Amino acid sequence: MEEQLTCKESENIIELVDLTRVFEDGMVAVDKVNLKVKKGEFVTFLGPSGCGKTTTLRMIAGFDKPTSGKILLNGQDISGLPPHKRPVNTVFQRYALFPHLNVADNVAFGLKLKKIKVTYERSDGSRFTKVEKLSKAEIAEKVNKALKIVDLEGFEKRSVSTLSGGQQQRVAIARAIVNEPQILLLDEPLGALDLKMRKDMQLELKEMHKKLGITFIYVTHDQEEALTMSDTIVVMKDGEIQQEGTPLDIYNEPANSFVADFIGDSNIFSGTMTGKLKVRFLNKTFECVDDFAKNEKVDVVVRPEDVFLMDEGKGQVDGKIVSSIFKGVHYEMVCKIGKTEVVVQDTKERKVGDKVSIYIRPEDIHIMAKEFTANKYEGYITKKNTVVFGDGEFACDVTQLYPGSFLDEEGYLITAEGEKIDLTDVDVEVEVGLKDIDLNDVDTLEEEGGAVGNIVSIIYKGDHYQVIVRTDENEEDYVCDTEYTWNENDRVSVSIKPEAIRLKLKEEVKR
Amino acid sequence: MMKKVLAYGFLTLVLLCVYAPIFILIIFSFTDANIVGQWHGFSLELYKRLFTVERLRNMIVNTVVLALLAAAVSTVLGTLGALGMFYSKKIWKKVLGGASNINVINAEIVIAVSLALVFSMFAFNKTYYSLLIGHVAFCTPFVVLSVIPKLKQMDPSLYEAALDLGATPRKALFRVVLPEILPGIVAGFMLALTLSLDDYIITSFTKPAEFDTISTYVYNAVKNTAKSELPAFRALAAVIFLIIVIVVVILNVRAGKKNKNETFMKKEIK
Repeated sequence: MEEQLTCKESENIIELVDLTRVFEDGMVAVDKVNLKVKKGEFVTFLGPSGCGKTTTLRMIAGFDKPTSGKILLNGQDISGLPPHKRPVNTVFQRYALFPHLNVADNVAFGLKLKKIKVTYERSDGSRFTKVEKLSKAEIAEKVNKALKIVDLEGFEKRSVSTLSGGQQQRVAIARAIVNEPQILLLDEPLGALDLKMRKDMQLELKEMHKKLGITFIYVTHDQEEALTMSDTIVVMKDGEIQQEGTPLDIYNEPANSFVADFIGDSNIFSGTMTGKLKVRFLNKTFECVDDFAKNEKVDVVVRPEDVFLMDEGKGQVDGKIVSSIFKGVHYEMVCKIGKTEVVVQDTKERKVGDKVSIYIRPEDIHIMAKEFTANKYEGYITKKNTVVFGDGEFACDVTQLYPGSFLDEEGYLITAEGEKIDLTDVDVEVEVGLKDIDLNDVDTLEEEGGAVGNIVSIIYKGDHYQVIVRTDENEEDYVCDTEYTWNENDRVSVSIKPEAIRLKLKEEVKR
Repeated sequence: MMKKVLAYGFLTLVLLCVYAPIFILIIFSFTDANIVGQWHGFSLELYKRLFTVERLRNMIVNTVVLALLAAAVSTVLGTLGALGMFYSKKIWKKVLGGASNINVINAEIVIAVSLALVFSMFAFNKTYYSLLIGHVAFCTPFVVLSVIPKLKQMDPSLYEAALDLGATPRKALFRVVLPEILPGIVAGFMLALTLSLDDYIITSFTKPAEFDTISTYVYNAVKNTAKSELPAFRALAAVIFLIIVIVVVILNVRAGKKNKNETFMKKEIK
């Protein structure tokens, strides 16, 4: 039994345990990442810029030291090992070829440094081991082989500065794989190439991965690239893993609305479960295959290619086409149903203004637990009977803390029993609904309270946007549903109506 | 038309102002008259003196050897300094860079006097060591200045790539970083060499009494006109000018060739 366990363990070539990296300025780039990578796998870290994917890769390569956590290679912790002692090689984003060396010398760089143990037999039969460098012939042979793999035979003597981007990329790959690393790390290696070249290289890299049989860890922000090449995709955001799975899993069963929005095109709707395998959105109840509790608020994801357009009255819900764009293989059309927009991809065009009906198959409706149903904060009451939370001060109704209470002229709270309570500095739990938060341009901010922050995320959910505003001071997040269009990085002020702030006492106040 | 004539006329005037004195000196280096302006017939006497009079020969050799030594030492120190500075933390980078740059802007006489003071207080006063140290102190910041830009231009992932391929930090430095910044190091060496060659102020404050470089010798010779070697400097000036012209021409021709080669190679690929 135990043997089986260790055997299973050793299948994982690399294992990240609670890996965390905090930069000097306090930014948490990677936050307690746990991941197991199987031997021979093609794993892709996918996420927007700043999600921590490159930092994770750099920690595996050894260029960045983890703040805490472990990196296990074949079960052994290598987080303290300097990069030159790790059996991994990296293909850099901008290739990082050595400009003063020609193609062959670039590829041979690692081999020339390599020392191997050779065992000789003396004439009397005893053996001894010597540490030797590779001979020139051996190096030349390996270099030739590597250049053959990347299709660059005959380029040995060329200066790297005379090569095109694609050719330089191939040299960089050859330079890494010639050392026969256990893991090949690729940091957005195709980012600098043009579209067509990138597509060719994607397939070639995949082919190479099959041929070489070594583990590839690939970093990209291009979801299509990730879907095309990987065995496993790890979607990251804000230094945390959002979802891990095969390309098919990630595409068909996104774990949350971020993943659904990031991977492929998608319609995301807010819905409610109305019964077993029944979900209501677009003002209509649909059959679905995901089982959630009745009355639970959920996010519904439907891919544009899974929405079928029919003539009016023949589908499940009727709507009107409001835009249609030819995209080469298909038309991308927007169908307006009530207030909600549904993106549809179809090879058959419907004209703008056409009345249509949509049909969605139950298995194409993917339901996810709603990430945010309300904003929750910890705060405290001030002298003025306002409440401070989330880097801001808000007017609120404190009488809700004690049913039947009211405020006297001096600002003390008189309970229903006639007791006088000073609420200053009382800790409270604050809850604010997503729809109760109003966003305003900062310059229109009135001086009375509120919080100020930057928009860090916008996800379109059919008839509204879900916007996350993050404050500067303590990085508090306000999640709000709004019909207005904002841009990422917009600076906004947050205001909340006093009656929409729900307060709860954290503990009984000393009287 | 008028514009063109004026433009060319102005250009000729400027060039004449710059080069006429040198050409006059060169012309009069081929006659053995003691005073410039008198022509005693063509003669190579001054050139002969330059290489036969022992004091003159020593002085030239002294200058060149000192310059080579000072340039070599300050190139090593300056390169190490630039590397250290470049890879230190931000605050140190600024402090060290500022400290190094002050020497570049500072008046040379201030450096010279302070050096002389320090040497007379502690050790090596007016010896060959004090002279060499003085020149090194004066040249090193210039080497730093010419190496730093090359480090800044270098792709930072080159060093990481070397480590990644199995090089120890030291090997990565010697095999990747140094070759990459070599042009800056060479430029720094040449700069240090020329600075040391024609330095007068620091030299005169730190040199031993009987030791002379070209600049101190010329200065003294001009002051005591009795010395008969003075005319020989016309020949020396001519030789130095010739060497510089040859070096500049060679450099230009090589740079032109390299450019041509590169454009040619690129065309071939397309």
